[in-house]
Amino acid sequence: MNVIKRYLQSFLLFELLQGLMVTGRHLFARKITVQYPEECTPLSPRFRGLHALRRYPNGEERCIACKLCEAICPALAITIESQERADGTRRTTLYDIDLFKCIYCGFCEESCPVDAIVETRFFEFHFENRGENIITKQQLLTVGDKFEKQIAADRAADARYR
Amino acid sequence: MPGWSQLTLRNLAFIIAILVPVILGVAYLTFAERKLIGYMQMRVGPNRVGPRGWLQPIADVLKLLLKEIIVPTNANRFLFIIAPMLTLAPALVAWAVMPFTDTLVLANIDASLLFILALTSMGVYGVIIAGWASNSKYAFLGSLRSAAQIVSYEIAMGFALVGVLMAAQSLNLREIVLQQQGGLHQWYLWPLFPLFMVFFIAGVAETNRAPFDVAEGESEIVAGFHVEYSGMTFALFFLAEYANMILISALTATLFLGGWYPPFDVAPFTWIPGVAWLVIKICVVLFFFLWFRATFPRYRYDQIMRLGWKVFIPITLVWIVVIGAAMQTPIGFLFH
Repeated sequence: MNVIKRYLQSFLLFELLQGLMVTGRHLFARKITVQYPEECTPLSPRFRGLHALRRYPNGEERCIACKLCEAICPALAITIESQERADGTRRTTLYDIDLFKCIYCGFCEESCPVDAIVETRFFEFHFENRGENIITKQQLLTVGDKFEKQIAADRAADARYR
Repeated sequence: MPGWSQLTLRNLAFIIAILVPVILGVAYLTFAERKLIGYMQMRVGPNRVGPRGWLQPIADVLKLLLKEIIVPTNANRFLFIIAPMLTLAPALVAWAVMPFTDTLVLANIDASLLFILALTSMGVYGVIIAGWASNSKYAFLGSLRSAAQIVSYEIAMGFALVGVLMAAQSLNLREIVLQQQGGLHQWYLWPLFPLFMVFFIAGVAETNRAPFDVAEGESEIVAGFHVEYSGMTFALFFLAEYANMILISALTATLFLGGWYPPFDVAPFTWIPGVAWLVIKICVVLFFFLWFRATFPRYRYDQIMRLGWKVFIPITLVWIVVIGAAMQTPIGFLFH
């Protein structure tokens, strides 16, 4: 009996028709494509994109050159040099991140006691010349100034889980 | 103007009137394929070039035209270049005997079905020569596979056509369509249903389309017989594959779906001209080609051979005997 049933099924192309039905249904299904340059998938507040150095609201830079980020960085992407400033505080004179080495793990951000180094949502960047992959303190501060509002909002949204 | 030159000019115009739509059809068939398969995979398909992607095939053609044709050092130059032409030419020549309406046939020859059979078998020479001339193991494997596959499916296809010509009592495509006049129930689709299925599936195999695309088999032998081809030579293979698809669809429409006749022989359907009906039928059959490609995974090679020799040929033979026997009985009218 089973043999007859199997022959009948294969001659009536039963399974093939089932397969065709699946693709036929999907032909009319809602499409899930995100048209990238115009549309974007939602980003988490924890998204780890390009780095930035933040400032306090009074304009003073947050970083105190404790070098915890440099120590924890698994890719050794961060280079810091520090010096005493005229007012007696310890500040960085050099804060370089090699974006080719960086693996965007976010450890620098987690280790920072003053929330100075952060990773922003910004990920659409590129380099056109050799050497541009190493971003300097000035560039990091500029990124921080540019995205401060977003950065602060993201930190606030994530604060209760930290 | 002397009579013969008038005839030549008229025929030349007719040839262009057939070939230009066929080639445009090929271009937009590739677009339809990418769109349709995209939709079936819940994507949107190409939509960047021109409004909603409608200029995509034009861009593809331009790209292929501008690309360099690379001939491998150890390839046989002459055969390497001639192979794509050998593949494309039969696919286009076969249109000569295709009846578009009652009167619109370029060459209304008596044995046009035989002519079509001969030409569709010619196409495989291009594939074999391409595989051999490339001097590459992938190409060679692809051409071997395609040769074996086409030989096996040609037989089943031929037998399926024997059923049609038994029913129509003619080898002339125009006569075959004329026999199917009078609406849906007169089409050969119904009395010859097993042959229709065999013919169509064998047609998919003949054109090396998924799920019978072992001759190309991207995941196994890179691209099969056309690995070494680039630029315009590759475009010719591409063109030939899609032209063959359109040809097989046109044949299916002509032999089993009543050619240029409307499905119902009543007023609103008969207003639409015959050519339009033929085109609609071709499009429906082509849709199935694309639907198959989006649905079925590639057959294993031995399964293809099994299907061809142990399933299709027996089915067609049995049904030919059934037709022949039934024609001797009072129910014979069903098969005419």
